[in-house]
Amino acid sequence: MGMTMTQKILAKKAGLDHVEAGQLIEAKLDLVLGNDITTPVAIDVMKNFKKKGVFDKDRIALVMDHFIPNKDIKSAENCKCCRDFAHENGITNYFDTGKMGIEHALLPESGLTVAGDCIIGADSHTCTYGALGAFSTGVGSTDMAAGMATGKAWFKVPGAIKFNLTGKPSQWVSGKDVILHIIGMIGVDGALYKSMEFTGDGVANLSMDDRFTIANMAIEAGGKNGIFPVDDATKEYLAAHSGRPSEVYEADADAVYDEEYTIDLSELKSTVAFPHLPSNTKTIDEINEKIRIDQAVIGSCTNGRMDDLRIAAGIMKGKKVADDVRCIVIPGTQKIYLQALEEGLIKTFIEAGAVVSTPTCGPCLGGYMGILAAGERCISTTNRNFVGRMGHVDSEVYLASPAVAAASALCGYIAAP
Amino acid sequence: MEAKGKVLKYKDNVDTDVIIPARYLAIQDRKELASHCMEDIDRDFTKKVKPGDIMVAGKNFGCGSSREHAPMVIKESGIGCVIAETFARIFYRNAINIGLPIIECREASEEIEEGDEVTVDFETGIIKDETKNKTYKGQPFPEFMQKIMKAQGLVNYINEE
Repeated sequence: MGMTMTQKILAKKAGLDHVEAGQLIEAKLDLVLGNDITTPVAIDVMKNFKKKGVFDKDRIALVMDHFIPNKDIKSAENCKCCRDFAHENGITNYFDTGKMGIEHALLPESGLTVAGDCIIGADSHTCTYGALGAFSTGVGSTDMAAGMATGKAWFKVPGAIKFNLTGKPSQWVSGKDVILHIIGMIGVDGALYKSMEFTGDGVANLSMDDRFTIANMAIEAGGKNGIFPVDDATKEYLAAHSGRPSEVYEADADAVYDEEYTIDLSELKSTVAFPHLPSNTKTIDEINEKIRIDQAVIGSCTNGRMDDLRIAAGIMKGKKVADDVRCIVIPGTQKIYLQALEEGLIKTFIEAGAVVSTPTCGPCLGGYMGILAAGERCISTTNRNFVGRMGHVDSEVYLASPAVAAASALCGYIAAP
Repeated sequence: MEAKGKVLKYKDNVDTDVIIPARYLAIQDRKELASHCMEDIDRDFTKKVKPGDIMVAGKNFGCGSSREHAPMVIKESGIGCVIAETFARIFYRNAINIGLPIIECREASEEIEEGDEVTVDFETGIIKDETKNKTYKGQPFPEFMQKIMKAQGLVNYINEE
């Protein structure tokens, strides 16, 4: 019986010739990740281990990104806790204000994640690195602590759903629309405990940034991970960003999938997830009412990369954000920020009447930098629209692509680009 | 291992943002964190929960963020066990790793009602609704996970290895 791409990586990292769905294994980790919310809890857990210290100071990445520059005393203390830990243990990949970025935009850009890796991160969107052909999945702080101490983690080998992508997306359709369409189709638990394996001729028509967006939201369908095959675009990206050797895995021809879907990318339309679940989707032409918005957020680990900012700026250039709308643009990393500055995108956003923030997760999880009041509504390129996610329990978040968010910011209501 | 208590009932897709909203995540004190447990979907939760109570929910319990603060505040609130039709996978791992007993059972999730008295045996997976005098068979944990739970979490398990 053949193995899926995910199963092949897990077998290799567990030192086994073969694994199958449901099997419990212990796998070696190439990277353990944490942020300023989850790492302090992990550091606390580590104090209880008999074994002291970390397994490899070069294979741990601590990224301060949720609440920095620090929003209050408590978040400052959390970052200080991480900073002290990084210094004490000589952690090489510690990213603080000035060097930071939203973790899932930052790590691939920094070359710390490559094809064939087995990665855990104490952040649910760690599944993003599947875009590079790695196995990566979100865990909690105790798993992170155990990973930092031992370099290993236990996994239940996941079954898989195969998404055969064909065709080429039309002009305003991007990775966000692909993944919102999929979540709308299979539901927020449609891929529960499973790997989402993307394949097919259509993959070549998706940019790396599109693939990061798609893999990023695998968790929103309940998936353990999302994973893409390694093609020329992946190899080009890896060569440009990382000196680390990568390992390319392919699914066996007789790999077993629990379900298979074929999606013609050319048929997809701009898609919006209505409150309060990412699966509550409508295509833009199915929206018959004028849904007025108070805020538009363009950024996050889902959509804060160069492609995203270029698309949004392209729509906003020479235009003005609607009078009653606050538009907040957040480049994913310092490098993206600088590139956007050099390309004139930041000027475009500011001239349009948007604010541009330094990289942060901020508003996505209702932390800071764009919290909603009761009754307010936001169109956002982020990944969750749960009750109270961006602020007051009576506020609403609509999830969409950068193109739809930018067009909506200009119109003052949810609109097609 | 066994749990016994009164049921607090919730629906499908209870996400970690409502279990513990991100606006409280900078808080490190567990008791203070737990004082906000479930507040965005059940304002009275912290007033009505009693040590040993059992939470019963629908599908995909604990979906969303990886925050371990979610199972942590449920455990800190005194909940003895969470029964759901299914759990979101990161929550599932986190619950096992920190020693919050959880169990999956579709029928129990559908039929048990708020206020019922329920007992759960983790080794056999038997869930008994004492109020309705009805028994359900939940999915018992694989041996490996039972070992982690018996050790009351991953830390002790690794220390004992």
